[in-house]
Amino acid sequence: MPTDYAFPDSAAKTANAVEAPEFQTEKMSLSMGPSHPSTHGVLRLQMELDGEIVTQCDPVLGYLHRGDEKIAENMTYNQFVPYTDRLDYLAPLANNVAYACAVERLAKLEVPERCQAIRIVCSEMARVSAHLLGLGAYGIDVGAWAIFLYTFTEREKLYKLFEELTGARFTTSYTRIGGVARDVPEGWTDRVDAFCDQFLPILENILKLLTRNKIFIDRTQGVGVISKEEAIAYGLTGPNLRGSGVAFDLRKDRPYSGYERYEFDVAVGATGDCYDRYLVRGEEMRQSIRIIKQVLKNFPKGDWYAKDAVRIFAPRKEKVLTSMEELINNFMITTEGPQMPAGEVYFEAEVPKGALGFFIVSKGGGVPYRMKIRSPSFSNLSILPKVCQGNLVSDVVSILGSLDFVMGECDR
Amino acid sequence: MFDFYFELPLLLRLVLQGTAVILVLFPLAAACSMAERKVSAWIQGRPGPNRTVPPFLAWIPGISILQKLGIFQLAADGGKFTFKEDVVPGHVNAFYFILAPIASMIPALTTVAFIPFGAYFTELADGTMKLVPIALTNLDVGLLAVFALGSLGVYSLILAGWASNSKYPFLGGVRASAQLISYELSMTLSVLPVFLWVNAPGGPGTLSLFDVVQSQSQPGFFGGMWYIFLMPLSAFIFLIALFAETNRQPFDMPESEADLVGGFHTEYGAFKWSLFFVAEYAHMIVGSGIFCLLFLGGWNPLPWVTLADVVNFGAGFLPLIASPLVMGVIGITLFLLKVGFFIFFFMWVRWTLPRFRYDQVMTLGWKKLLPLSIANLVLYAILIAVKDLYFPNL
Repeated sequence: MPTDYAFPDSAAKTANAVEAPEFQTEKMSLSMGPSHPSTHGVLRLQMELDGEIVTQCDPVLGYLHRGDEKIAENMTYNQFVPYTDRLDYLAPLANNVAYACAVERLAKLEVPERCQAIRIVCSEMARVSAHLLGLGAYGIDVGAWAIFLYTFTEREKLYKLFEELTGARFTTSYTRIGGVARDVPEGWTDRVDAFCDQFLPILENILKLLTRNKIFIDRTQGVGVISKEEAIAYGLTGPNLRGSGVAFDLRKDRPYSGYERYEFDVAVGATGDCYDRYLVRGEEMRQSIRIIKQVLKNFPKGDWYAKDAVRIFAPRKEKVLTSMEELINNFMITTEGPQMPAGEVYFEAEVPKGALGFFIVSKGGGVPYRMKIRSPSFSNLSILPKVCQGNLVSDVVSILGSLDFVMGECDR
Repeated sequence: MFDFYFELPLLLRLVLQGTAVILVLFPLAAACSMAERKVSAWIQGRPGPNRTVPPFLAWIPGISILQKLGIFQLAADGGKFTFKEDVVPGHVNAFYFILAPIASMIPALTTVAFIPFGAYFTELADGTMKLVPIALTNLDVGLLAVFALGSLGVYSLILAGWASNSKYPFLGGVRASAQLISYELSMTLSVLPVFLWVNAPGGPGTLSLFDVVQSQSQPGFFGGMWYIFLMPLSAFIFLIALFAETNRQPFDMPESEADLVGGFHTEYGAFKWSLFFVAEYAHMIVGSGIFCLLFLGGWNPLPWVTLADVVNFGAGFLPLIASPLVMGVIGITLFLLKVGFFIFFFMWVRWTLPRFRYDQVMTLGWKKLLPLSIANLVLYAILIAVKDLYFPNL
């Protein structure tokens, strides 16, 4: 029987070589998902198994498709912000920021430093929150349940801070084109700082449970190896790309929103296996905390929205109530949307899952003509058929956990 | 005091004893499930189930302590499992599907018949005192019978996996059969040194668990030593094999919920599922009990301090302590404390460690544990032979 896939260990190879004719084996098809404990949402894997070895694995997507791109064509730029919450729903703030930056690039609008600083803090907190969940879910996938509860305790603290800032724990919808919804509340930066201080030792404790755990290493090291070339060829981004040893980080390579002002290291893996991706996420959390601490140290004073964005950013309430022009302006922005010039723009931001890109075609006015969203999870999942082949069913679970995807973003 | 009991017909007495043991084991196993939830909650830093309380009891002052311990949640769970609709899916083989959970309970409840829980002094006709075990039976082949019956438990998993006629249970059943059979080998081999030590050459051979405890209650340095100190490797292998045999994480391949959803019990629900659940805990209790008897001196309070010593010492102050009833209660309490610690240990490991992969479990079983247990057996065989030949009085 010719085999077109690699067996994971030598025992299986020997077994295959001496296979007697009376052992007629049959392949079994197994549908994993869309509701399966470790497909993290509604991913479905149509697999073909030879015993427990996966010979073929086809991801079936679209169970969470909501047509976000088409929806975007039917509403103003500001109205679409809540929809970005629902892309990667584990890091809504990062999506809000990425979207706002994309539209502002279209409008060639510069936001003040304070606004940029707020956005960076938001993005990095979202990154910590998303990676924490990824880590916890990964723990459950390999069977370490306690990790999940530990990380959720920390996420809960983050959610408290999000709630103070945006009024919502989950669907934050915080950014507006040309600024943010409101300034940071009094004392919020101190509380974020306090969170960072207490978070680092806890993070070390959580990672300590896995990093040198023999069972965890056995489950993840050498499993799901993605080489540098493959990672680039399949369009992987974010921690999955860096886990394969490519030091590509949009925050460093194409800085936006003032990332160039802060110092941080790009975590890079060596072999590109599940273990490396786990290590990269752990290190990224430390670096995110480092960035947040730097931002908070010199938190810029001044405006938190672009003053010159006259027909884009809705005026303050007190002005609307006292000045005729501002009232009209507010009315126009609310009904017709922020006025954008005609043109095209493609902007990618480094969100927790990778490079989230928005391609916006505008014919002027307050509604995009076409919006295409490049979701990192979608591209990251494209490598699944390649990586899963030849692995055991249990390995598929660790690979899925290490790729850390979100179906809301993947299916859009 | 209990003379009337001994005047009952033997058959009736045996039925009563058996019922009593099952009536204790079943709630104990159920209580373990609550303990599991509380221990996991404690490890994960959350309160665990602490809300349930029947409205007609809520007015009693102090009931909130029981409420916080989740005692009523236990009753609620039991009630739910018992009275929920017992679904048999359309695509299964109904006969074997229903047989499987029953088959899982039978070995779990019968093996306890061979386990002595304690001991008490009884006066023989010639006036001497004799230590008698508290157990349903004290078979000469004790441990062998436990292994023989306990290994029947694997059939229920295979049966459940096959009868479910579904892919995840099928994989779970296949894993179960391979894993349980592999680890039985190391488990059996690991306890052999104990019996080599217990059975002196020339004497009548015994596999009785009571005799194992007795041989850990002898005077002298080696006589009073628990076998966990004498044979740490045996104890270690036995413990690992015990984890595998009871399907506990990190060896819970047959049900590993991350990849097989629920493994062999994916298609089960309500009462039938709860039978699997209780059987797992009953296995854990029996397994921990055997570990305590073999390696931890059974009902002896401390190494080199036997239950008989303590009772004799106590009887100097309070003669009542030497009475069979009190001595039995002390023995059973000490034994259950040790078993309880092991149940806790099982839970502690489960909520801390990740899960092995299926092939790693097999590699560990065949390539590491089995050679290790054989080497261990040979080593102790030689050591014991040397001891018997050259140092017979040690």
